Amino acid sequence: MNNKPGEDGMSVNGSRKEGAEVLLMGNEAIARGALEAGVRVAAGYPGTPSSEIIETLSRFSETGKLYVEWSTNEKVAMEVAAAASFAGLRSLCVMKQNGVNVASDFLLHLTGSGTRGGMVLVTCDDPGALSSVNEGESRHFARLMEIPLIEPADFGEAKEMTRWAFELSEEIRNVVMVRSVTRMSHASGNVVPGPLPVLKGKAEFICDGPVSDVERGPVISAPVIQKHRLQQEKLRRAVALFETSPFNAYAGPDKPELLIITSSACALYSREAVALLGAEGRAGILKLGTTWPLPPALLKRHLLMAEKVLIVEEVLPFLEDQVKILAAEQAREIGIKTFYGKNDGTLPMVGELNPDLVAEAVGRILGISPPALPAAYREKLQEFAAMVTKREQTFCPGCPHRASFWIIREALQRDRRRGFVCGDIGCYAMAALFQAAGFHTAKTLHAMGSGTGIASGFGKLGPFGMEQPVIAVCGDSTFYHAAIPALINAVHQKADITFIALDNSGTAMTGFQPHPGIAVNAMGETAPRVEIGALCSAMGAPVVCEDPFDLVRTRETLNRLLESPGVKVLILKQSCALSPEKKGKKQFLVQVDEALCRGEDCGCNRLCTRIFRCPGLLWNRERKKAEIDEVICAGCGFCTGICPAGAILSEEAAKS
Amino acid sequence: MRGTLAKDPYNIVITGVGGQGNVMASRVLSDMLVRAGFKVTIGETFGMSQRGGSVMSHIRVSPETVWSPQIPKGGADLIVALEPLEAIRVLAGYGNPSVKVLVNMRPIYPVGVITGEDQYPSAETIRKTITALAAAARFLAATDEAVKLGNPILGNIVMIGAVAGLGVLPIDRGLFETVIREGMPAERAVANLRAFAIGEAAVA
Repeated sequence: MNNKPGEDGMSVNGSRKEGAEVLLMGNEAIARGALEAGVRVAAGYPGTPSSEIIETLSRFSETGKLYVEWSTNEKVAMEVAAAASFAGLRSLCVMKQNGVNVASDFLLHLTGSGTRGGMVLVTCDDPGALSSVNEGESRHFARLMEIPLIEPADFGEAKEMTRWAFELSEEIRNVVMVRSVTRMSHASGNVVPGPLPVLKGKAEFICDGPVSDVERGPVISAPVIQKHRLQQEKLRRAVALFETSPFNAYAGPDKPELLIITSSACALYSREAVALLGAEGRAGILKLGTTWPLPPALLKRHLLMAEKVLIVEEVLPFLEDQVKILAAEQAREIGIKTFYGKNDGTLPMVGELNPDLVAEAVGRILGISPPALPAAYREKLQEFAAMVTKREQTFCPGCPHRASFWIIREALQRDRRRGFVCGDIGCYAMAALFQAAGFHTAKTLHAMGSGTGIASGFGKLGPFGMEQPVIAVCGDSTFYHAAIPALINAVHQKADITFIALDNSGTAMTGFQPHPGIAVNAMGETAPRVEIGALCSAMGAPVVCEDPFDLVRTRETLNRLLESPGVKVLILKQSCALSPEKKGKKQFLVQVDEALCRGEDCGCNRLCTRIFRCPGLLWNRERKKAEIDEVICAGCGFCTGICPAGAILSEEAAKS
Repeated sequence: MRGTLAKDPYNIVITGVGGQGNVMASRVLSDMLVRAGFKVTIGETFGMSQRGGSVMSHIRVSPETVWSPQIPKGGADLIVALEPLEAIRVLAGYGNPSVKVLVNMRPIYPVGVITGEDQYPSAETIRKTITALAAAARFLAATDEAVKLGNPILGNIVMIGAVAGLGVLPIDRGLFETVIREGMPAERAVANLRAFAIGEAAVA
């Protein structure tokens, strides 16, 4: 079932009468803000929690009015958006936190050259790494790149601040960064949609002036010192605007005992924490929407109000450090303060925050205990909590990745040289994360495409005595994103690796966004396909394509490839089990023949359930036999090949 | 036109397992409440949720205030569980002596249970536990009813119908019909309306 917001029409962007409040997801509110600003070009790369922004905009795409693309990676997305800005159009680029790392080389030069049409960078961070393998903090990039940073703290603001970011960008002629977090992007709330503008303006890149002419000259970051100085002037203009921004607001007593300075979702947690403690008369909250550079006069006015200051933010003490710098600069006027935050351990330095953590922190400072449940109820909860078994994530029933990793595991066992897999980013990262499973063969997991780069390095360690065969795995979308340069490197350096492309025909983990291997683009138009196999052949690597559901043949192919030197490419092609063409359709009807299943006496250590871990294949504790759950089984038929007793049987399902 | 709430904020947790329509259920219920004139915040996380994990939506309902996307511990007023074990998991974190609980009794076994490493509590144990921890609990066969309607996923709408039937929120069938008719083609809306009515009747 597909619950993507909007597709069921539950979140139509203001299709009801204008001015009426509608329920929008934070990401939809950001998209709505861009639409209300008259955005003409939007580009991004899928990544939780950011993907719904481009998805929402793609539903509004229309030739000549709004162009939307899923770019091959974040750097390219930013370049595409920048081109529109250079041609005078408003443009948006969107990415998750670590995407900014990918785009940052270009961003450094772009912020030096400046922009023309309003250009906004939206980054969605993931405190607590709810859907990430890092807790990267994109806010530091605003400081590093010397561009203004704004952070919405509710859904209405998500829309309004995004809209305003385009105006600010045009005012200062540079990129403006809007930072969201998972609890804003994936949360929903009331938003009042505003009018959509009449789109005007023709795309034209005017570049016939001298380099000093920011309106008509070429767009470059040189002469560097001159442009850098200009960039810093722009930033000062932004700060001046921040001083009176309606996105910064104080609520609380005139002379609070404690001043809380906060931003983003943490502003909501702070408000809730103060309410939980009943401390409204003792603590005031300065909610900042403009978080870099901080407006000094505004901060000074508020720092003067209280002796104690708590900074509440996720993840690193970014705001805290900036507030302390300002407080040091203004120490003569504002006096000595006691600061609480991450640096002194009042709040944790890792993970996401919530109202309880903030309430505990505020409570400790003010000497108030947060409300607690009755002791008898707490005891009852503890008594019952033990029965709640964990619900571990696993590959879906029918997932081709489970089959691929099963084959890799078997091939490596047969190979006997203690080979391993360098993992990469996608659902298949579960091969690195869930150690109990038989598919746990991936032993490194880092950035997009890094599995291939790391393998390329391992593949050159033979002369140092390394005898283990090295496999790199990479999904199809990840291949285009960042694996290509690494694979070219491996070929050119004659590294000994087996590169396996796990091609499941789409960016499956984030919701089937198209990529260059798919014959359709973000706007639903047909698009030329760039084939993984053809690219690898052009690099000079031998390429073999197999079906991961064909266990024996694919395993034999892999064992053969592991034996030969240099770079070998194996493409394992099979669509994701959740893909629209497969979902709900069984290719095989699978069942366990109880007479053949040897149960605990088999000697296989219950390979089928304990190791294979498909949700469709159960262990019946009473009967001590394996069985198929017909409701959950996706009918891929792969498990028929894993049972040493041959007890799992399948027959072709009738085509409906 | 806005009705009244027992509390500000009124806190609802909708929980289940990835793929059960948790997000859709929280959206539909919240959309109804926004149309009824309330400020609503839904807090949820998704991404890996379709891969068999526990999912949870926090819904905060208030006459005037935008509350945070995370309910404080022990702070749920109503728990709507699409899966029974998840009801207990959420009670352990957000339960309190006055919480009301609606449970769809169809289990979805965790991988550890499938592989025989863990045990899933019996239906009777689940009922006893939830009854002991909640001020009021109702147990429904929402998935079974949905299967009779031709699609097990409609279990989520049966549960939303039950929420309306409980009478703790100022929402009704008319509001549901408005939301659902705007959101989907007429033929799909009919099955959804029937599912809603079944849930409503089940707790009446």
